[in-house]
Amino acid sequence: MKKILILGAGTGGTIMANKLRKALDREEWDITIVDKQQTHYYQPGFLFIPFGIYNKQDVIKPKANFIPSGVNIIFNDVDKIVPEENKVLLTGGKVLAYDYLIVATGTRPFPDETPGLKDELWYKEIFDFYTIEGAVALKEFFETWQGGRLVMNIAEMPYKCPVAPLEFVFLADEYFTKIGIRDKVDISYVTPLPGAFTKPRATKMLGALLEEKNIEVIPDFYLESVDNKEKKIKSYDGKEIPFDVLTIVPVNKGDEMIERSGMGDDLNFIPTDKYTLQSEKHENIFVLGDASNIPTSKAGSVAHFASDVLFDNIMCAIKGRRLRAKFDGHANCYIETGFGKGSLIDFNYETEPLPGTYPLPGIGPFGLLQNTKMNHYGKVVFRWMYWHMLLKGKELPIESEMTMAGKKK
Amino acid sequence: MAQKTIAGVNLEVTEDGYLEDSTQWNEEIAKEIAKEEGIELTDKHFEVINFIRENADAGLTIRKVGKSGIVDIKGFYELFPGGPLKIASKIAGIKKPTSCV
Ligand SMILES: Cc1cc2nc3c(=O)[nH]c(=O)nc-3n(C[C@H](O)[C@H](O)[C@H](O)COP(=O)(O)OP(=O)(O)OC[C@H]3O[C@@H](n4cnc5c(N)ncnc54)[C@H](O)[C@@H]3O)c2cc1C
Repeated sequence: MKKILILGAGTGGTIMANKLRKALDREEWDITIVDKQQTHYYQPGFLFIPFGIYNKQDVIKPKANFIPSGVNIIFNDVDKIVPEENKVLLTGGKVLAYDYLIVATGTRPFPDETPGLKDELWYKEIFDFYTIEGAVALKEFFETWQGGRLVMNIAEMPYKCPVAPLEFVFLADEYFTKIGIRDKVDISYVTPLPGAFTKPRATKMLGALLEEKNIEVIPDFYLESVDNKEKKIKSYDGKEIPFDVLTIVPVNKGDEMIERSGMGDDLNFIPTDKYTLQSEKHENIFVLGDASNIPTSKAGSVAHFASDVLFDNIMCAIKGRRLRAKFDGHANCYIETGFGKGSLIDFNYETEPLPGTYPLPGIGPFGLLQNTKMNHYGKVVFRWMYWHMLLKGKELPIESEMTMAGKKK
Repeated sequence: MAQKTIAGVNLEVTEDGYLEDSTQWNEEIAKEIAKEEGIELTDKHFEVINFIRENADAGLTIRKVGKSGIVDIKGFYELFPGGPLKIASKIAGIKKPTSCV
C-alpha cells in the first residue's frame, strides 16, 4: 500500500482529502489526515462574532463530518516531520510513514511575540478576533463599553485574510452607529503598510471609504511593544498611540512543528515553489494554504484555488510525470464594508485588484472594487458554500484560474 | 522609468528612485543615494546594506534584518529612520520591497 499523509484538517487539508479519496484506488492508496483539534472553525465567521452577528455555534462543526469515508483521521499533535526518512512523528510517540506528504497546518496568531501584548490587559481591554476565544471575549466587552479610543492594529506582515481588519473597522463603525454611541468612539486603523492595503487601486478605493466613515488611517507603524500601564502601543521608531480598547492582529506564524522540523523561514512558513506548490527542498512534500511562503494572500479562497493545482500535480507526481499544473496566485476576497454592503477584490501574482464585474463580464452579479449590497450577499452565501461545497471538494461555479474578463485596466 | 546620473554613472531608475539594475551598484552610488536621503553611511550601514544585497532574492522583511545579527530592529530604524527597509533597499540598489497581500 502506498501512503499519502496530510497534516492539518483545516480548509486546505480537508479539501485535499476529499479530492484525493475520490480519485485514488482504495486498494492501492492509503490516505491519512492528522489534526490536533476535533473542531473545524469557519474562521471568516470570527469577524462577525464581536458584533453579535454570528455566535459560536454558527462557526463550528466537527472536523470528522467533512472527512470522507476511506480516509483515516487521527486527532493528535504533530511533533515533527523527518523529511530525510519520509516520516512524521506524532506527540506521544506514534510514527507515520509516507510516500507523499501534504503540509496544510496553516498559520495562527502568536501574541507572545510582542512584549506586553499578552499581559494584564489581554482579553480585558486588548483583544484579537483571530481566535474564537478572542472574538467571544470582545463581544462581551463591546456589550457594555461606553466609548473611547478603539485602535485596530496589525503587528506584522504577512497575516491571514489581509482584509479582515479593514472589515472589522467598517463593521465597528456600523455597530457603534446603530447603538447610538458612534460620536463617542474614535476609530483608528494602525498598520505597518504605507496605506490601507498593499496594492494601489484597492488602497485608493478602501482609503476613500475609510475617510468617508471617519476612520483614521495611521500608516507605517511597526509595533514594538504594548504598554499596559499607560495603555499605549509603541513602534520601533518611538511613535506612541494611546488606546482605550486595542484590537490586534498579532504576529502570524506557521506552527512550531515546522520550526522543530527545520523546514520554515523566520516566521515558520515553508519555502514553496509558487507555481507547482512543491516544497523547495523535498520532492515528495507539497504545501497547501497558509503554511507556505508563496507571495499571495493567506486566505481560504487561495487554499481552495490552489487545491485544484495541487491535485493535478500530485496526480502527475504519482505517475512519475513532470508537474505541469501552475498556480497563478489567484485570490478572491469579499470585503464587508458595513451597513449591508460589501466590496470584492480578485487578483493574482501578476494582476492587482482591478475594478469591474465578477464572475461574468459586464453582468456580475458582483462588482469588483465597488461597494454594493450584492457583494455583501456574496459574503453571506459564502459561509453556506464553505460548509456544503468547498470543504468537500465539490466544483464551485467559479474558475480557479484568475481571468481578466470583466476587469477594467 | 527615468535616467539619472549618480556618482558619475548614468543609471536607469524607477519613478521613486530605485535602481533598475542592481549589478550596476557600487559603494559610491550608495553614498550618493544615502546623501539624498539625509544619511551619512558608516561601516555599520554597509554591513546592513551588504546583508540586504545578499538576501534580496530570498525576500526581506524588517524582522529578518532584525535577526541578521548585525542590528536589531530598533538599531535598523536608527540607521535608516522612517522606513528602514524601503530606504535601505534604495541605498543597496535593489528593488523596492513589496509586501505581499
Ligand atoms: C478573522 C478571519 C477572517 C477570515 N476571513 C476570510 C475570508 O473572508 N475569506 C477567505 O478566503 N479567508 C478568510 N480567512 C482565512 C482563512 O480562514 C484561512 O486562510 C484558511 O482557513 C487557510 O486554510 P489552511 O488549510 O491553510 O489552514 P487552516 O484552515 O487554518 O488549518 C490548519 C489546521 O492545521 C492544524 N494544525 C496546525 N498545526 C498542527 C500540528 N502541529 N499538529 C496537528 N495539527 C496541526 C490546525 O489545528 C488546523 O486545523 C479568515 C481568517 C480569519 C482568522
